[in-house]
This record gives sequence, structure tokens and C-alpha cells, in this order.
Amino acid sequence: MEKFTIHTGTALPLRRSNVDTDQIIPAEYLKRVTRSGFEDGLFVAWRKDPEFVLNQPQYKSASILVAGADFGTGSSREHAVWALQNYGFSAVLSSRFADIFRGNSLKGGLLTVILPESEIEKIWEQIEKNPKTKISVDLVAREVRYEEKILPFEIDDYTRWRLMEGLDDIGLTLQHGDKVTDFERKRATFMPVTLTK
Amino acid sequence: MGKTLADKVWEDHVVHRAVGEPDLIYIDLHLIHEVTSPQAFDGLRLAGRKVRRPDLTIATEDHNTPTIDIDKPIADPVSKIQVDTLRKNAKDFGIRIHSLGDVEQGIVHVVGPQLGLTQPGMTVVCGDSHTSTHGAFGGLAFGIGTSEVEHVLATQTLPLTKPKMMAVNVEGVLPAGVTSKDIILALIAKIGTGGGQGFIIEYRGSAIRELSMEARMTICNMSIEAGARAGLIAPDETTFNYLKGRDHAPKGADWDAAVAYWKTLKSDADAKFDVQVDLPADSLAPFVTWGTNPGQGVALNDVVPNPADIKDEAARGSAERALVYMDLKAGTPMKQIKVDTVFLGSCTNGRIEDLRSAAQVLKGSKVSQGVRMLVVPGSARVRLEAEAEGLHEIFLAAGAEWRQAGCSMCLGMNPDQLKPGERSASTSNRNFEGRQGKGGRTHLVSPLVAAATAIRGTLSAPSDL
Ligand code: SF4
Repeated sequence: MEKFTIHTGTALPLRRSNVDTDQIIPAEYLKRVTRSGFEDGLFVAWRKDPEFVLNQPQYKSASILVAGADFGTGSSREHAVWALQNYGFSAVLSSRFADIFRGNSLKGGLLTVILPESEIEKIWEQIEKNPKTKISVDLVAREVRYEEKILPFEIDDYTRWRLMEGLDDIGLTLQHGDKVTDFERKRATFMPVTLTK
Repeated sequence: MGKTLADKVWEDHVVHRAVGEPDLIYIDLHLIHEVTSPQAFDGLRLAGRKVRRPDLTIATEDHNTPTIDIDKPIADPVSKIQVDTLRKNAKDFGIRIHSLGDVEQGIVHVVGPQLGLTQPGMTVVCGDSHTSTHGAFGGLAFGIGTSEVEHVLATQTLPLTKPKMMAVNVEGVLPAGVTSKDIILALIAKIGTGGGQGFIIEYRGSAIRELSMEARMTICNMSIEAGARAGLIAPDETTFNYLKGRDHAPKGADWDAAVAYWKTLKSDADAKFDVQVDLPADSLAPFVTWGTNPGQGVALNDVVPNPADIKDEAARGSAERALVYMDLKAGTPMKQIKVDTVFLGSCTNGRIEDLRSAAQVLKGSKVSQGVRMLVVPGSARVRLEAEAEGLHEIFLAAGAEWRQAGCSMCLGMNPDQLKPGERSASTSNRNFEGRQGKGGRTHLVSPLVAAATAIRGTLSAPSDL
């Protein structure tokens, strides 16, 4: 995973709440067995509308998505994270994310930042007024910055450290291999197994 | 201070704990299907890793699989590649798989419980959000993403931060015709699709205790639709009776030891929940959704709500958009809404009891002219059971289609889809835009309402017949 420290770019206003993962990427795109190429499925139903914000030229190069509350509800498909990343987004700002989506995004290096709804509204207004506004998402300082604004956000130390170091979770867990083996030795014998003993 | 049931199961599975880090939790059962696993196996191969516990892992094919002509090769080449990839991965990594045509094949959340693999006190994960279903047995069951699937395959553990606890109390007696599907739809309408965010929900109260195991699974299944990380119900005699004698249930002395442990699995009387929600059973009625998220629901006797009455701005906007998408007018009685398709199936309501209750309503009646009804058993075994009871004859005589097992029109990844503009009454769990097919419109309902709707052609309860 690539290290994430500070990302600076322009942003795209997605003025919708409750954006579910079926809208981010519909099921028909989930048949692939690779991790790349999901960008054409991103918001595909909405993109048919030429007015949809993703189709507006002034937001073509945006790398930060600013979305309404409850972003990423529904299915656990990590393809939603890949689709956003494949399209070119590095961070998503919203006042609330669905749990599984947030977990998936932080595992995959897409930074999901929670800001108060009122601040999301102000960012929308700013980037609608001036789509060229540069926004910095600073994981090191735990801040979002644009113009004169400095907006602190919370993220737990562990996740922040893992993202900043670009560390792979599996590698970290394997360091506790002995503890896992110990735990397995003590598991109750009545627990089921899928293969015949 | 006392502990909640979820606390107890959590504590029993902590492998490693350190300040400032998520807990490392041991996973007792890992269920796999074709859609969310290929990239995980790829990751293992790239890193030269093995599956740590193939004996705690099981795979089945469900999301992509056709429900007709299952003896022929899968027609959609992309679906076929995905299913073939799962078969190859299972073979390469020594994982048990139930493929299309196998008697144990079916929707992953129907297969685990029916084999007796899902038991009280266990941690269960699957790369599918409706894994919450398995919490009905009194364990912790989480839906996970593909990176986590890879993590569990490699380590049999997951780093997790403990969610907060919510108690949903359903006390009293359910009115006739009200099912567990109505309980969960009413709950989601009450607390919203984000209401459970960051929580594990424990469903409690006399109405929950009265529910059968399968009805409990329906409730826990849709916990995710309330935004919750998981849902669970304390195990009791209903749970033990369901498990006894199943393929993978403990036997002999193991059974006694297991039951003794399972009996300890309940929230202490003084356990503290972060949030309590009361949903009195006698206030409930058959419920149905009108919008494009599962929280947009009303009682079947009610009317399509007017967005202007919704105070919250975001909710109002989403209701306005939903009515346009659903082509509905505020104030229309729900019971006047005509459907084109009725879908009975899915991991929410595709079990034998669901088929039985729908068949009872349909018996001796016909599906309304111009309505297509699809009956898709949750697993091949459910299908066999239904056939042994003659349920398929009732469905066929009514003019419904009797299909093979799988996810089918729940998400329309296989050819079972709504056409643009078509409207369905569906026993599944999601009414998102396009969920059942591009441009399709979904009303979520219970199996009883599905059957009555099929007969009348408009959203209906059996009491309307
Ligand atoms: S039946 Fe529907 S919700 Fe359940 S696992 Fe299949 S696709 Fe997911």
C-alpha cells in the first residue's frame, strides 16, 4: 500500500446523502476477478445524466470527493473503494460514513475524513463557486485545509500510523503468529470444522 | 458492572490486545463466495501465503449462479469466469466448496446455519454485509471487505475495534399477520439507515424470544440495513433445538459441553447498553417500503408519505428523489400500488418457513394476470425440503416460477432482473435504485405480503384476500 501523508488537490461536490455502494458501483461490475479497471462503473447510473457532477468539465481532475451524510451504506463490496481510487480519488469527505465502507477505505488507503455537516456545506459552496480551489487533506496534522480554513478531524492513532507507513495489515498480524497458535490450542473441542477431522 | 452478550463473545476471542491498537479477534468460521474472494486469493498468491485454517473455511456459489438450466454451462462468460475462479481457488487452497448442482449449494447465509456450522458464541465472517444473519444464534457475525477476507484467510484473525452496544427491545405479542420482517422494517424506518452505525444490536424482549430460529435470522440479516455492524439474539432452547442433529452440530459429550457453554451466553441483568430502543410488539403491522432505501417504509395500511412533511433537509431531498425514481405520488395508499413482479427468496426470506408461509397464502389461488412471481429457494436443500412437502406444486399451480437456489433477483447479478420501470414486491433486503435490475423499482415486503400481493396484483396483506 502507498504511504499517505498529505494530499492536495481539487474537489468535487456530491450533494447527495445516503449514497449506497450499489450506486457507487453496481453489481454487474463486480464480476471481475481483478482489482483494477473499476472506474467505468463508478456512479455509472448517475453518469448517464450529462448534468451529473462527474460529467462537468470543471471537476474532471478532482481527486477529493465531498459527499453528503451516510456515504457508502449497503453492501460490503470493496469494489466501491477500488472504483473511487481507480477513478482518481484519494480522499472522501463526509459528515458520516457507513462502517464497513469506512473500514474498507482505510484498509485500502482511501482516506475517509469525517467533518461536521455544516463544514461539508461550506466546502460545497466554495468548490461550486470556485472549482479550482485547492484542498489539502493532511493526515499528519489531522487537518483539512483550504483558503484560510483549517478543519481538524479525528482518526485513531493506529490507523493513522498504518496509513502513514503504508503498512499491510496481514504483515502486522503475522507478527503475533505465536499468540494465534496459543489461542488455537485452547479453543473448545466442540467447535465445528468444515473438513472432516 | 455486567457484560452484554456481545461483550462476552468478543472477550472470548481476543488473541492480542494492546493500548491504542484494535483487538486481534479470532475467527471461528469464514464463509466464502465467488464475488468478494478472487482478489483476496490473488493477494495470497502474490505474497506466497497459505490459507491458515482451511478447516474453518467453506465456500459456496450463489451471487452469480443461474436459477434455471443449472446443468448447462453458465451462459454469461464473465459470471462463468468468476465461478470458475472460485472453484480453482478452493481446489488450490484446499477449501471445501459447494458448487452449483451440489445438494448443499445455496446462499452463503442459508448454507452455514443449515449445516449446523453457525453456532452460539462463535465469530463468523464473510465478504458479504448480510453475514449479520448468523448473529441469530448468539454469536458475533460481521460482513467484511475483500482485504479482510484475505486477512482472515492468511491469519484466521481480524484486527477489530469494538463497536458500541444497542439494545432493541420488542416486548409483547405480535398481532396476527405480523412477521419478523415487519419488525425489522419498522425498526429501520424508526431509527434510519444510519441509526445503528457504530453499533452491535442485540434484539431482546418476549416477542423476539417467541420467534423461530429462521425468523430470528431474518431480523439479524437486516441489521446492516440499519447501519449496524452486527446483530445478535441470545441463544435459548429454540436455538439448541434447531441445532441438535445437524451435520456439524456437536455430538454426545461435546453436545453437553457445548450447551453448558451456550447457556452462559446472555447479557447480564446489569449489563449496560449505550443505547436502548423500544419497539412495542403490539404497535407493529405489516410493513412495506415506498422509497429507495430500507428506512423509507410505512405500514401497508398507510399512504406514500409527503416529503414536505419531513423536517430534516437531507432526508427530505432523498425522499423527493426516491418518489421520482419510484414513480409514486405522495398520499397514494400503499395498497393501490400495482406490481409487475413478486420475488420470494434471498438470504432474508428464502428459507423453508418463508416458503411455507407464502405457500399457505397462495394455496388454491392464482397469481394475478400480468404478474410474474419468482420463487427462489435459499439453498438446494431448502428446495428439496419444499418439494418433499409439495410446496412447489402449490407455487406452480398458482402460476409462479419454481427456481433453483441462489441470490437471484435480490441483486440481479444473474439473468433474474427487473426491466427498467418494472416494479416488484420483494422479500429481499435492499430497495436501492437499480438493485434488482437497471431502472427497477423495489418494495420490500414479508413473504406473507409477497404472496397476497401476487394474488391481488397490488401491495396487499393476506387479510385483504
Ligand atoms: S441473497 Fe441478496 S443480500 Fe443475501 S447474500 Fe445474496 S445478494 Fe446478498
